[in-house]
Amino acid sequence: MSLPNITLISFGFFEQDFLEQIAKAVQAEFDFTVNIREGRIELGEYYDPARRQYNGNTLISIVDSMTFPESNKILGLFNVDLFIPILTYIFGQAYLNGKSGIASIYRLSNERYGMPKDEQILLDRTKKEVIHELGHTFGLIHCDNPICVMRSSTYLEDVDQKRQNLCHNCKTKLEIIF
Amino acid sequence: MAKKISILIVDDEESVRDSLYNWFIEDGYRVECAENAKKALTLLESDQFDIILADIKMPGMDGLEMLRRIKSIKPDSIVIVMTAFATVDTAVKALKDGAYDYVTKPFDPDDLTHLIRNATKMISLEDENENLRKKVITLENVEDLIGTSEAMKDLLREVESVAQTNSSVILTGESGTGKELVARAIHANSPRRFFPFVSVHCGALTESLLESELFGHEKGAFTGAMYNRKGRFEMADSGSIFLDEIATISSKMQVELLRVLESKTFIRVGGNKEISSDFRVICATNKDLKSMVEQGTFREDLYYRLNVVNIHIPPLRDRIADIPLLVDYFIKKYCTSMNKPPASIDISALKRLQEFNYPGNIRELENMIERAIVVGDGKRITLKDLPLEKTMVNSSTESLDDFEKAFILQILHKYSWNISRAAKALKVDRVTLYAKIRKYDLKPLDQ
Repeated sequence: MSLPNITLISFGFFEQDFLEQIAKAVQAEFDFTVNIREGRIELGEYYDPARRQYNGNTLISIVDSMTFPESNKILGLFNVDLFIPILTYIFGQAYLNGKSGIASIYRLSNERYGMPKDEQILLDRTKKEVIHELGHTFGLIHCDNPICVMRSSTYLEDVDQKRQNLCHNCKTKLEIIF
Repeated sequence: MAKKISILIVDDEESVRDSLYNWFIEDGYRVECAENAKKALTLLESDQFDIILADIKMPGMDGLEMLRRIKSIKPDSIVIVMTAFATVDTAVKALKDGAYDYVTKPFDPDDLTHLIRNATKMISLEDENENLRKKVITLENVEDLIGTSEAMKDLLREVESVAQTNSSVILTGESGTGKELVARAIHANSPRRFFPFVSVHCGALTESLLESELFGHEKGAFTGAMYNRKGRFEMADSGSIFLDEIATISSKMQVELLRVLESKTFIRVGGNKEISSDFRVICATNKDLKSMVEQGTFREDLYYRLNVVNIHIPPLRDRIADIPLLVDYFIKKYCTSMNKPPASIDISALKRLQEFNYPGNIRELENMIERAIVVGDGKRITLKDLPLEKTMVNSSTESLDDFEKAFILQILHKYSWNISRAAKALKVDRVTLYAKIRKYDLKPLDQ
């Protein structure tokens, strides 16, 4: 089995430098090549007017249906408010042990919560969210270690508290997988 | 070792089931889904779930009806009901019917995480509470292991050294010597002490009852099997199982037991799922298993599997030096339980107690003291309070069976052949007492 490469697809407008820095962080954490691609889908089709949000379940299945010969893990990055039917919002989600995950920066920015804009904080939070969802695609479940990137985070404070790295235990599990 | 929590999601909407499934799987829970109440109840018949998350509005049987049915089968189930149309009435109804909590869809991710985390915490607290309760009972009983005689000191040394190992143990000794107490002491001193000590009296159960008791059963496995039930091996997971009167089990059960001891896995009666359990076996018998093997009535392979360590518990007549201590202990025990001031004992009564032969061993001594406290003046136990004259044995030519027969007959007369009361006094169950009555062909005086 060839080692997986990862494709990071952006849906919507993102600065190239922003995407490259995320790719670099992912590569450093998983030690796999990361390709950046630009995705083009009509997001309006996935908009739920009643909730005024975008359906994360449908979007992840769209990302999952995409195939790239050079990689077998895909992460779709969005800039819209994601939900799943049972939850009011999600930062992202992934298929455990599967091929794909999605994440959105929509709820990761300071401005969303009435705080001053901070590009660096947004970048750090996005790196953590992307690495977290990719961790699930490699079979990692939520970790109890408060600073591990695989710690479940439902609030921004949780995201800020953890680091962008896997803890020793999660790293060991990942090494066992490969 | 942390137990993996299992969650059953019951909702007719596929997207809700999938979303919750993915959410919980990422948290490391074991998750199953059902699209309606009927399927959920079927799943619950064959599998056990720690938490059930159920929608209220479903076609066919609704969530509230399902909640009532689950609670009637397994009252301690944690059921969380969810609905998209919250009303105070339905919330109150659900909680009155035993729901653990009530949530409105969609939830805030943090609320869902906290809800499940709290339920999980409650499950582990309940498990911990149960284990601690069992541990307290075990430790309380271990205090009953009393004595400073050389025989007793040797026994305690053996208990201490064998407790640290994981080997199977056979306890041998006459009836009433305290084999279960020794088994509890081994467990209480072992690394398994924080987990259950499960005791099974093999001699009191028929073959089919023993099978269901040891392995558990699935609902409908036989007439009267209304619910799924865990067996004793399953209950003893991480702890110890004590099999008393092991010599009485049938040849079929001997084969079954050998298989379980070798693989540490078994299947419930009427089930098809293999269950594994990590337990230590401690057996007891008052029979000579070695000669039963030679006679072909006990399997040799099972004998060697069980007989890794053999501890022989001496009869009371071989540890006369312990009698004053035991008498003192039983006086305190029964005075306290009967709410009486502490009594004392006459030197002459104590001397006679030390001369007695005790065919019923410590159990017999304990019964004598209990009786003396009941019938005596409550201040001082004298010779007249002790039933020594009728049962005094001074001939060593009589067999143990003769002693047992005489003793049982005496107790039966004392309680006017009321089997329940006599069995209680003898500290055996009714089945055993009936078996003894048949064995010795005992009859009331007027028959």
